[in-house]
Formats: sequence, structure tokens, C-alpha cells
Amino acid sequence: MNKIVASIRIALRALKVNRMRSALTMLGIIIGVAAVIAMVGVGAGATARIQQQIQSIGSNLIIVLPGSISSNGVRLGSGAVASLTQDDAKAIADECPSVALAAPTVRGGVQVVYGNNNWATNAQGVTPDYMTIRDYTMLSGQFFTTQDVDAAAKTAVLGETVARNLFGDNDPTGQVVIIKNVPFTVAGVLTPKGQSPTGQDQDDVILLPITTATQKVLGANKANAQAVSQLMVQAISPEAMDQSIQEVEELLRERHRILPGLEDDFTIRNLTEVFQAQETSAQVMSILLGAIASVSLIVGGIGIMNIMLVSVTERTREIGLRQAVGAKTRDILLQFLVEAVTLSLLGGIIGIVAGLAASLLISHFAQWTTEVSPMSILLAFMFSALVGVFFGYYPARKAAFLDPIEALRYE
Amino acid sequence: MAPVIEVKNLVKDYRLGEAPVHVLKNVSFEIERGDFVSIMGPSGSGKSTLMNILGCLDKPTSGAYALDGVSVGNLNRDQLAEIRNKKIGFVFQQFNLLARTSAAENVELPLMYTEAPARERHERAREALLAVGLAGREEHQPSQLSGGQQQRVAIARSLVNDPSIILADEPTGALDSRTGIEIMAIFQRLNREKGITMIVVTHDPDIAAYSNRSIHFKDGRLQLDERHAQPREARKDLEQLPAEQPEEVVSS
Repeated sequence: MNKIVASIRIALRALKVNRMRSALTMLGIIIGVAAVIAMVGVGAGATARIQQQIQSIGSNLIIVLPGSISSNGVRLGSGAVASLTQDDAKAIADECPSVALAAPTVRGGVQVVYGNNNWATNAQGVTPDYMTIRDYTMLSGQFFTTQDVDAAAKTAVLGETVARNLFGDNDPTGQVVIIKNVPFTVAGVLTPKGQSPTGQDQDDVILLPITTATQKVLGANKANAQAVSQLMVQAISPEAMDQSIQEVEELLRERHRILPGLEDDFTIRNLTEVFQAQETSAQVMSILLGAIASVSLIVGGIGIMNIMLVSVTERTREIGLRQAVGAKTRDILLQFLVEAVTLSLLGGIIGIVAGLAASLLISHFAQWTTEVSPMSILLAFMFSALVGVFFGYYPARKAAFLDPIEALRYE
Repeated sequence: MAPVIEVKNLVKDYRLGEAPVHVLKNVSFEIERGDFVSIMGPSGSGKSTLMNILGCLDKPTSGAYALDGVSVGNLNRDQLAEIRNKKIGFVFQQFNLLARTSAAENVELPLMYTEAPARERHERAREALLAVGLAGREEHQPSQLSGGQQQRVAIARSLVNDPSIILADEPTGALDSRTGIEIMAIFQRLNREKGITMIVVTHDPDIAAYSNRSIHFKDGRLQLDERHAQPREARKDLEQLPAEQPEEVVSS
């Protein structure tokens, strides 16, 4: 311990003597570490943003849409038939073991009126499970209950965009809005979710009990009063996604009496999968950026090795003297290794600060989200120490194994 | 008491190209503890090589060398470093002080490679500087000291670990004659007061005259081993020199 402290003092003095040279050598490491920190920060920021968007849709989410059918050879698109019903939702929730919740949704465009304000928005008839599946929280008030759904209560939950456009800064809870001449009491306002991954405003919505929506607002489907626009199904875990998709498909085929070999009359979409692919690509990008930045760290390490070799040559006589007065191989090795590590660690610390500053500047001027994690700072710190040891070892070893007689005679 | 240095049938060959060069040819001698010996000879006589072997910086090709009763012939690199650290003090012609490093820290250098705690190191460095008449110069750097003072710092450094022998290689070679005599006065005093065995390598008979015994080498062989019945007194010589503003009076 004593010797390490002494070595650090010797190293610091040696570095102070050649201030300019030490600073320039450190600059290589500073730039390398700063680049790694900033680039990984940019990558992590992008990943975090995509993750946030995925979470805004809801986790472990499967969407079931009414499917296409062929009618006399004419194939109709998705949703062309009212093949999904509220009973399907109930059956999925009850009978599929991998499914946690299933929420039926009906939707349609409506004009919402409050006093002399009005706003066109998307109305969705849902059940309270919808709130759980989509991970909604309330900004104010409460979500409507199962009783409200059963009783077809005239109650509504507003998205933040709708609330702002109709009520300004006032709290809409308890107020009455009119949709298609039907008065609805506002039960609460949803916490905003922002844009969806596809750029839609997820807060421009008004949620109604599904019963009320079909009976009073959107109108029941003429073919099937129970028909819904889509089903949102939540699997019990991310791992159960594939299993639940299979279960839902089998159950629906059975319920819809589709013979083997015939096409489904519904479509199942795994939304999470799509965005996870995006997330993976963002992660790959961040690894790539980090890898490119690491190259500059290695170049910095070579700079350290270069300057340490020069230093060993310059101080050959000093090394010889130290050996003559009793320095052992490992004493000299330690001295020069400590010197190299001091250079790289000092550079690393300054580089971390510079990297943090750079990522702040990037997020400020380029409007990119950057996220510098404590882990990446720790990693950069350790990596710069490692660079010092790795690139300092060869020069230190060269110094340690000098012949004392030759070294003392060196001019 | 056993002699501090025992050299028997020492041979050192260097391999330069095809033919080996015999630098030391079957050299044998002993040096008693507390003696003051000069090793003399022209360049190429093998005295530097002998010096390196005596200083445990080099190994003989064959023959035996025991320092302080310990045979050092087959020790490895680090074991030799330890012997140098504990038993040998070096004084070089070119002083070999660390630049931009205070006198006290230069003197402490051998102790850096021992287990001595900082407080003890400082104390012993201070004592060693006092012994060579440099009390009060602890914080001076080599560039702020005269040549004679620098060599005295180097002597203090060689003293600091209480060595069995001090090996001085042309210690006056880079100094004017008066300062050279001052250095010899310090050596004589350390030899008599502290009983340290002194070995001075020199080609200068005037310097060798201050020793008790001179061993002459020529062509790798011991040529003459003479004992001075009446070695010269460096201190008296200094008193007789014209007073030319001594840079620092050596206190005894």
C-alpha cells in the first residue's frame, strides 16, 4: 500500500514535469471516453424513447380485428364483417389460460359539445378492463365501472386533448357534455400518453361504456348488435404472447365454426413485436455507435503507450539508479504502470465530464433524447483504467527489465 | 572476523561477436571490514567490470564472490536488488541524482524500496545529510547545488541504509581537485567514525593516496596490492591549500 501511494506520487510528479505532453496524451483518452459516453447516451436515448412508445400502447398486447371474407370471389378487407362480438371477448378472457384480460372496443367519430364549445373526436366504447390493458391512469376523476357498463350509464372519460379543447384549464370532472344530443357526465380525464409510435395523438379520444356507445351514440351494427370494432387482449406475460395468440386463434375458430383449411374471419396482430423490432434496431445502433467511439479510445491508448515508451527511454538513467539502490523488477513495473494508469484514469474522468456535457449539448441543439446511465459512466471509467494497464504494461515491462549497468551508463 | 568481501578465482568473459573477451582473469582478493581500499588501473584494465560485480550489478562468469559472508554468485535479479538495497551504497562519477527532486527525497530513494515508514525515512535522510555537512539544504534541488554539494547528497544517499560497503566509482572525476579532496575527507571521516568499508575506484594516484590500501589492475589481472602505512590526511591537505573561499566547510 505504502509503495502504491509512493508510486502514485512519483507518477504525478513525472506527469507534472511534462505538463504539455501529459495533457496531449490524456486528450486522446478524453476524446475517446467522451465519444463513448455521448454516443452510448444518444443510442440509449433513442432506445428509451421507443420503449416509452411501446409502453404507451400497453404491455403484452394483442389486437384482434374482424377479418376479411370472400363474398362471391370478391375479397373484402379487414373489418369488412362484424365477426367479433362482446361474447368473444368474454370467452377469450374466461377460456384462454395465457390471457389475462380481453377488452372489446367499438369506435366511431363523434362531435362532443360543451356549452358553446365543440370538438370532433374519436369515441370508443370500452369496458373498465380497457384502462388496465392500455395502462391508463387518471389525471382527475375516476374511470367508469362495470356497473356503469351493465347499466349503460351516460358517463364519459375524456382524453387530455379533448378536455383541453372543451374546458380549457378547468377540471371537466362532474360536468356534462353532449354527444349526439345525449348528455354525458364526465367521470374523469386520462393522464396524457402523447403520440403513438405511428404519430397519432393518443389523447384525442373520448371513452364511453361499450353498452352506452352501441345503444345511444354509435348505433348497433345492423347484422349483429353485439359486434365490436376490435378486441384488445393482454397476455399474462411477455413470454406467453405466442401461446396466447395460438389460444385466441383456436378459440375464435371454434366459436366461429370455421372448418379446418378455411381462412380465419379475424386477424390477430402482435403490436409489441413490431415495436420491439424497432427497439432492437435502436439497440444495435447504440452498440454500433459505442463500438465506433471505442476505436478512438483504443487510439488514445496507443498514444499512452507511445509516450510511455518515450518516457522510459528518457529516464533510462533514473531507472538504472533506482535499480542500483534496490528497486526490484516489480517496483519499476509498478511505477510505470501507475504512471500510465494515472494518465488514462485522469483522462477518463475528464472524458466522462466532457461526454456528459456533449450529450447535454446534443439533446439541447439536436433535440434528441440522450440518456447517460451511471452504468455507462462506470463502464467508461473501468475501460479507461483497463486501457492504461493494457497499453502501459509493455513500456513498464521494458523499463523493469533494463540491465542496470547499461541503464546507468545511458547518455 | 570474516572479511567483508571475499573474491576467489573470479572470471568474467564478454562475448563480442565470435571470440570471447576475457575481462577478468582469475582474480582473487579479500577486503577486511572497516578498510579503505582504492582500486586502480588504466581504462580497459577490468576495474569497472570488477566494480559492477562487487556492486552486485553484474554476475561473474565463474569464481566465487561473498559479500558480508553471503555468496551472491547464484542469486537472481530481485535477490541481487535486495542485497544492493541492504548492503551496498553507490557513489557515481556523475552523481546520478534525480532532477527536480529535493536533496532529502534523493537521499530517501533507497529507503523507498524498504518497508521503512515515511517518518523514519525523513528522519534518516536528515541524519545522512547532516553527516555530509548539508544540514539545512534538505529542500534544495540538484540544480540549486554545486557539484561538490551534489556529490555529498549522493554520498548521503549511499549512507542512508547503513550499508556494509560504499562503492565509489571515480567519485572525484567530475570535480575540481579541491572539491575532490573535500569528498575524500568525507570518505575518510565516514570510514573512521562509522567504520564503513570504503571502496573507491579511481585512476588518479593522488586520490588513491588517501586510502589505506591500493589494488592495481592491469589487463584483467591483479597486478599489485599495496598497503599504505601512512595514508594522506585529506583534512590536513585542505588546511594547507590556499584559502580560495571554500564553498562549504566540512564539519566533523
